[in-house]
Amino acid sequence: MVGWEIIRGLGVTFKHFAETYFDDLKWLGKPRYSQERAAARSSLDSRGAFTVQYPEEKLVIPEEFRYIPFLIYDEGPDGEKIDRCTSCGICAKVCPPQCIWIVRTNDPVTGRPIPEPAEFYIDVDICMNCGLCAEFCPFDAIKMDHDFEIATTNRMATDIFDKQRLSQPASYYASIRPTNFAAEEKARREKEAAKAAAAAAKRPAPPAPGKGPVAG
Amino acid sequence: MTEQPIVESPAADLSAQYPDFLTPDSRPNFHGFVLAPERLLEFLKIARDELGYDYLSSVTGVDDYPEDRLEVVYHLYRTTGGPGLELKVFTGRQDPVVPSAVPLYPGADFQEREIWDMYGIHFSGHPDLRRILMWEGFAGFPMRKDWKEAYFEEEVKPFKNRWPGGRAVRVEDSNPFGNNVEYPAGFDPSQWTGESDDPVYDALRRSIIEEKSDLKTDQLIVNLGPQHPSTHGVFRMAVALDGETVIGLKPVMGYMHRNHEKIGERNTFLANMPFTDRLDYITSMSNNFGYALAVEKLMGIQPPERAEYIRVMMAELTRINSHLISTGFLLNDLGAFFTPVLYALEEREFILDIFEATAGSRMMCNYFRFGGLARDLPAGVFDEVKKFVTDRLPRKMEELETYLVKNEIIRARCEGVGVLTTEQAIGFSAAGPILRSSGVPYDVRRADPYSIYDRFAFDIPVRMNGDVYDRFLLRLDEIHQSIRILQQVVKQMPEGPIQTGKPQYTVRVPAGEAYGRVEGPKGELGFYVVSNGKQNPWRYHVRAPSFINLTGLAQMSLGQKVADVVIVLGSVDIVLGEVDR
Amino acid sequence: MSDELSSPGYDVPPEMQSHVTITRLDKIYNWSRRNSLWPMMFGLACCAIEMICTAASRYDFSRFGMEVMRPSPRQSDVMIVSGTVTKKMVPQIVRLYNQMPEPKYVIAMGACASGGGPFKEGYNVVSGVDKFVPVDVYIPGCPPTPQALLHGLITLQKKIDRESLSGVRWYQKAPIEPIPVPVLGPDLMDPRRYDQIFEYTHAPASPQPEGSAETPA
Repeated sequence: MVGWEIIRGLGVTFKHFAETYFDDLKWLGKPRYSQERAAARSSLDSRGAFTVQYPEEKLVIPEEFRYIPFLIYDEGPDGEKIDRCTSCGICAKVCPPQCIWIVRTNDPVTGRPIPEPAEFYIDVDICMNCGLCAEFCPFDAIKMDHDFEIATTNRMATDIFDKQRLSQPASYYASIRPTNFAAEEKARREKEAAKAAAAAAKRPAPPAPGKGPVAG
Repeated sequence: MTEQPIVESPAADLSAQYPDFLTPDSRPNFHGFVLAPERLLEFLKIARDELGYDYLSSVTGVDDYPEDRLEVVYHLYRTTGGPGLELKVFTGRQDPVVPSAVPLYPGADFQEREIWDMYGIHFSGHPDLRRILMWEGFAGFPMRKDWKEAYFEEEVKPFKNRWPGGRAVRVEDSNPFGNNVEYPAGFDPSQWTGESDDPVYDALRRSIIEEKSDLKTDQLIVNLGPQHPSTHGVFRMAVALDGETVIGLKPVMGYMHRNHEKIGERNTFLANMPFTDRLDYITSMSNNFGYALAVEKLMGIQPPERAEYIRVMMAELTRINSHLISTGFLLNDLGAFFTPVLYALEEREFILDIFEATAGSRMMCNYFRFGGLARDLPAGVFDEVKKFVTDRLPRKMEELETYLVKNEIIRARCEGVGVLTTEQAIGFSAAGPILRSSGVPYDVRRADPYSIYDRFAFDIPVRMNGDVYDRFLLRLDEIHQSIRILQQVVKQMPEGPIQTGKPQYTVRVPAGEAYGRVEGPKGELGFYVVSNGKQNPWRYHVRAPSFINLTGLAQMSLGQKVADVVIVLGSVDIVLGEVDR
Repeated sequence: MSDELSSPGYDVPPEMQSHVTITRLDKIYNWSRRNSLWPMMFGLACCAIEMICTAASRYDFSRFGMEVMRPSPRQSDVMIVSGTVTKKMVPQIVRLYNQMPEPKYVIAMGACASGGGPFKEGYNVVSGVDKFVPVDVYIPGCPPTPQALLHGLITLQKKIDRESLSGVRWYQKAPIEPIPVPVLGPDLMDPRRYDQIFEYTHAPASPQPEGSAETPA
């Protein structure tokens, strides 16, 4: 019969339509917007409506998600900021669209470079969010942020991020990427322990290894 | 297709067989044969008719600056499978001329136009040699090594002013116009006769051959695009109509030409990886795959076992992703507004979730590295993939097929529309679903196996009619085969490292050339990379399947109604990032 | 609705509070406009796919009154420039912008449309659509995720909320001039700058800066 397949097809759409209501029944009496509900809707078992009600609900951002890079500083005992970045320039070299500018600090007396950046710029209108800078940073100093809510109305004023805008504490990093943070901390401790052990083997009285990144 | 005797021809053999034509390319790590321009056509005829190299995969130019030499490189294959044949023709930089291969291989049409556009090599005998990506009147041939763009900073990256004294400057501030433009000396803008589409319309009128009609109808030219909802981006077709029937069609492209290859030759090898994501932005994992293969071929390294499995897994998920999109949007073009595409995109979101969790981005994955992968699968992702390909996706595909496949309206609109015969498909160098729906069982995964595809049981779906409906069905068939591969992958996935050697940001790529190709969702995706031993590729060319598949678009559309052009284009499934690069 | 609309500070008798809302004309005007922004169905590049995803079921921007994507500029309120703006395409974009009726808004979605993006150095790439048309909201990201686009759209809504009937340009006396459409010459030419181009190309004996199209190195 001509038209039978169309009716069968309409059956599929009707099934989808009905499922949204059956799905709603499961949530009767619960708040309309909740993270839990959003997660359920976007899980593999979801039937029915698929919509995540941004901005009331937000999708769970996976740990590896990358947006704009940011710089990490460790917090010293007195709350001072210790940049992890040593201005080695690897991120600027590896950056495919070349959107990173770094000014290295020079010692005013000797003129020799000090391992911390004087300035650090990222032009977010060029950045392609590829994550290569974070991947190849030997000091775990630059990482990719999860914050995507950065729309502006005047790019000339805001869209070249400077060091202050880019800097975030290590605790922020630990909060958005717990697994990576734990793995890196573990590797760092092992490295420091190995270094200390090597130093101990060399000299009888080793100085205690400094906290924070080992500049090199 | 006639049965061709498969001549096993190692490189040295052919030049001994045809000493009058061929001399092997003697540069170390370079392959293929060099032949004189005037003997090119003669040998191409032999290659096609006697040696069975019926499929012209890629034609591209290379600039050997500062030597006074431009190259044209041809990659030929047999549709029956097996290794390819690489031919090279040299010509000088002043008024370079090479005979056109279009009479023998119509698929060379757009590619030769691109070489003319980018390198200024004139192809004698080409039926319609116009600029293809840039506009007529553009000053210079941009891919030549001595041509510099307006925002030129340095020959190669990394640029020196980024570190250690890198004050952020917007590059427009260093340009007198602040606008990424550069004009030749002595140019007077008020004397410019104006941007004109005349060359397009002239070419279109010339291409109209027959005018037979019983009705008295008017001929007119209609432009579809570049801003048109059904052109899948900024693509334009100048269509000549007789009444409502298409009598001529010229695709106009370049509205998305973002200089991928020029930028690619300034980039370091690794920095090109995220740029390949933006070629065909729906299938970034496949693009990564092709580029990684080409460079790995040059470097002579192999990724470890687990990385190979993950690569195949990602490539097949990408294929499903791309075919879902193309199926959905074909239905959109047919007028089934939004419901099918919403269903397709819903499943696609799950694939994107997997990509996001693994690679960090929904679309621009940047996941492959030379000799491995960027990172291992995070915890939980593997189970998600497993559940997706064994449970949800088969179920949803069944539903989608019930919904669409036999629908009478779809069949009435699609069957017998936009036919490409077997001979035409091979001639036009069509690839992927276009070629296979015209009855050619040619799939790089089987014809020239790469990675670990030879370990999996899967079929190459073939359909015989070559119309829109067959292309639509073929894509659904391919999704099923991909699910089959994925189910094997998740069963066999080994543990182990995911990277050969240490991850490095500067890779040592020895001098030489390599052509790596994969079967992307849109067809054969090839990367031709020439290295001179430095940090940057000397030549970086993409054999873009969407671009070359469009060569047959005019043929497919002739004689159809104007409304059908839209679905013919939809069934070709182009992505403008890859067409224009 | 009334919470969103009502202006505080007016004394509404308690028994009428559920029936009556006192508001300002600006507020109701902006409220109705910002909840019926029709975007133009206009995709350029990678970001267009994310724009389509935003329109699709998971993110569904019809929740903000934007479901009516119009393929014609004549019927649309907001142009989402979703992707790399090339020199070959920019005349068409300017033409489309001119064809849109007032009030009209432009969103530059993604790095490319905002400032050229990773392709900025390319010879066929315009470094930001704001070189030619005024942009209201910039969304960084390559590509911005659908949620980032939604955030951009909400930013635009907030911007509309701040507008006032007396200040908007489409109620001013002065006619709104269309933006001159750029011309494709040897390179992209802005008709407003012909004199400057002439001056530049006829500058006597001044050495052409590096990067000239004509002089090989």
